[in-house]
Amino acid sequence: MDDIVSTSLSRRGLLGGLASGLVLAPANRLIAQPRVGGRIRVASVASSTADTLDPAKGNLSTDYLRLYLLYSGLTQYDSKLRGQPGLAVSMETRDNILWTIKLRSGVHFHNGKALGADDVVYSLMRHIDPAVGSKVKAIAEQFKSARATGKLELELRLAGPNPDLPVILAAPQFLIVENGRRDFSVANGTGPYILRSFSPGIRTVVRRNPNYWKSGKPYLDEIEVIAIPDELSRVNALLSGDVQMINAVSPGSVKRVRASTGHAIMETKSGLFTDLIMRRDHPVTGNPDFVLAMKYLMDRELIKRALFRGFATIGNDQPISPLDPNFNPAIPQRQFDPDRAKFLLKRAGLLGTRLPVYVSPAANLSVDMGSILQEHAAQIGLQFAVNRVPSDGYWSTHWMKHPLTFGNVNPRPTADMMFSLFFESKATSNESGWNNPQFDKMLIEARHATDPARRKAIYGDMQWLVHNNGGVGVPVFISLLDGYDRRLRGLFPIPLGGFMGYTFGEHVWLDA
Amino acid sequence: MSSASPASRWRGPVQLVAKRIGLAFITLALVSAVIFTISGLLPGDAAQEVLGQGATPEQITALRHEMGLDRPAPVRYFEWVRGIAIGDPGQSLVANMPVADIISERLPNTLVLAGLTTLFSVPIAFLVGIWSAVTRGRAADRALNIMTLAMVALPEFLVATIAVLVFSVKLLWLPSITIVPQDPTLGEFLRAYAMPVMVLGVGVIAQLGRMIRAAIIAELDRPYVEMAVLKGVSQRRLIFRHVLPNAVGPIINAMALSLSYLFGGAIIVETIFSYPGLASLMVNAVTSRDMPLLQACAMLFCATYLLLVLIADTVAILANPRLRQG
Repeated sequence: MDDIVSTSLSRRGLLGGLASGLVLAPANRLIAQPRVGGRIRVASVASSTADTLDPAKGNLSTDYLRLYLLYSGLTQYDSKLRGQPGLAVSMETRDNILWTIKLRSGVHFHNGKALGADDVVYSLMRHIDPAVGSKVKAIAEQFKSARATGKLELELRLAGPNPDLPVILAAPQFLIVENGRRDFSVANGTGPYILRSFSPGIRTVVRRNPNYWKSGKPYLDEIEVIAIPDELSRVNALLSGDVQMINAVSPGSVKRVRASTGHAIMETKSGLFTDLIMRRDHPVTGNPDFVLAMKYLMDRELIKRALFRGFATIGNDQPISPLDPNFNPAIPQRQFDPDRAKFLLKRAGLLGTRLPVYVSPAANLSVDMGSILQEHAAQIGLQFAVNRVPSDGYWSTHWMKHPLTFGNVNPRPTADMMFSLFFESKATSNESGWNNPQFDKMLIEARHATDPARRKAIYGDMQWLVHNNGGVGVPVFISLLDGYDRRLRGLFPIPLGGFMGYTFGEHVWLDA
Repeated sequence: MSSASPASRWRGPVQLVAKRIGLAFITLALVSAVIFTISGLLPGDAAQEVLGQGATPEQITALRHEMGLDRPAPVRYFEWVRGIAIGDPGQSLVANMPVADIISERLPNTLVLAGLTTLFSVPIAFLVGIWSAVTRGRAADRALNIMTLAMVALPEFLVATIAVLVFSVKLLWLPSITIVPQDPTLGEFLRAYAMPVMVLGVGVIAQLGRMIRAAIIAELDRPYVEMAVLKGVSQRRLIFRHVLPNAVGPIINAMALSLSYLFGGAIIVETIFSYPGLASLMVNAVTSRDMPLLQACAMLFCATYLLLVLIADTVAILANPRLRQG
């Protein structure tokens, strides 16, 4: 299993240009031998007193980063978003409902206790307890029961079928803690690093776990994680050598980082998107012609080029990105077509309509997208007033609460999660209030399908449905940009987030 | 003055200071009500912020209940005020830690930064102010004036950004973020603090320097100065023995204002240098709607401000024989 991770590591390392200059050497010698030792400091974007050592409460990128350093999951993501074996060596099922999970033997927690099935049962089932305050309670509610059937074997019964379980369990919230653990002022995990010190909102320092269950890993002696919320300061800290890796570099700063001989940028294409939300419950934005007109009015190429300097993938008004194994490439790309938009609006009798659009820095670059849309709308006779509102409180006061707002959706590991969180009729985050019984039926059908090809076909049709009828416009999928010191080796993108989907800790080493 | 006994000589100032302290407490009580009301007006609450975008209404209601946010506002207010009165600002809603612990972790950082900045800027401000005042109208004064005016006009973020670009990114002399290692040597310590102190110092030196200049010039025009000059008092003695004690009232007030700014208003410097001080803690508390923490910070800033102003007034009273008489 370890092999799967390390092969993709070497291949990606080559593609990422880390080993440029050695291109002619045979593949297995391309990468310099990982070196043990060294200390790095990395800076993420946000850190606050809400920082946590409890996987269930992990909420922000810095939390994910910290949790993956300290804990391991039953499975872990690879660069294609598949769930690879982690603490679980196998997960088997016949009906996608009853799962038999076999655990790796000889794994120890940082305090020396051996990993057993009871730890996993506790770690999974505690999310359902409201007192725990788990971020993934809604997902965990499908765990009907779990019981240990041996020292290293357990059975997990789901309330309904879910073939994506191995992928879901790689999420940071499902990392494995010790049986009965309630006190999270310390971290006792099975992860690659051991906690040295933790001050919420200030820093986390971890040191190498010499007994990590992947032999030879991790490589670094110590990692310090801090947060620098200001983007300019973050880039400056990288360039001045105060930190060795940062995430969330804005496209505008890429040139500066690349101009430095000692630094480089890693682009992680991802499923992150900012979308235009057209509420169904409003007479104008609920009109299908209006919705389609807006989709034609989005100049995707311009958005990609001007706002993201090319660090984006063109979107097609549905939430599954081309990176996802279930992406449907057969849907024709919707082009920028103001004449078509004008025709549709005219047919609906909506030309000359005045509407406010709510934009906010909280939804990545929605302020600029709103302005571009306003400009194009004005040219065909639609009057949009762009209302810029502050980030603070945007999600609770504005998002989905006006006819036209912008949302921001983070990458999800599975199509099922994306659809059930944001498009199912009854979902709380069903942004446009879309209601399509056929879509809901297909979502359930895909969960029952045991044949991956059949599921892919269903998900493909669902993408058609959203593309044609959904109430959101998805202009582009946004790439995530990390900046790093060139001496840091072993990096490859994992599309769920910066810092290799936050799991960089066990993969990287520092060249002397 | 000569006829009064020592005890009655002090009665006036003591009464005055006591009155000021009483007023300060009343102000704090009013401020607590204002803080509580205003923070209650913020859209959203801690339960919504903690659970984030995807929360269901049931989850929010449950968490709100657990946090005690569903109780009526007056109940929460009086409970909070009672806690503050006995020195317990309560439990943070977000960090699950006592507010006092969180603040006591950040407070030393803020005190060190404010202290170093004061040590660095106050002597320079005095130098600038006095020099400028005694060379009033001449070339040195004009040059200093232009310099201080420019320093007042430059926004902190610009000074900080340029300083980082020059000293950290180009020259690689100083760190671009302020991280003090666990057991720093003096050199490491000074290197870490050099830039934030310099950047904060720019504004403080300029404002304080101008206040000092104005206060001294106001005194220099008084008849007693002319008298002293005619008696042949040296310039050094004139400034330090005669003028400064009289000018100390406005100067000490300006210092109090600068210090209270350093205590709670260093948000830009804290952000740019990623320095974990109290100002960024309070901004954190606002965005996460962690009311106990937010209110405790606000009360702390307010109390510090009142304390500094009180000290300034007291010093001004004691330094001035006429006020001392009551």
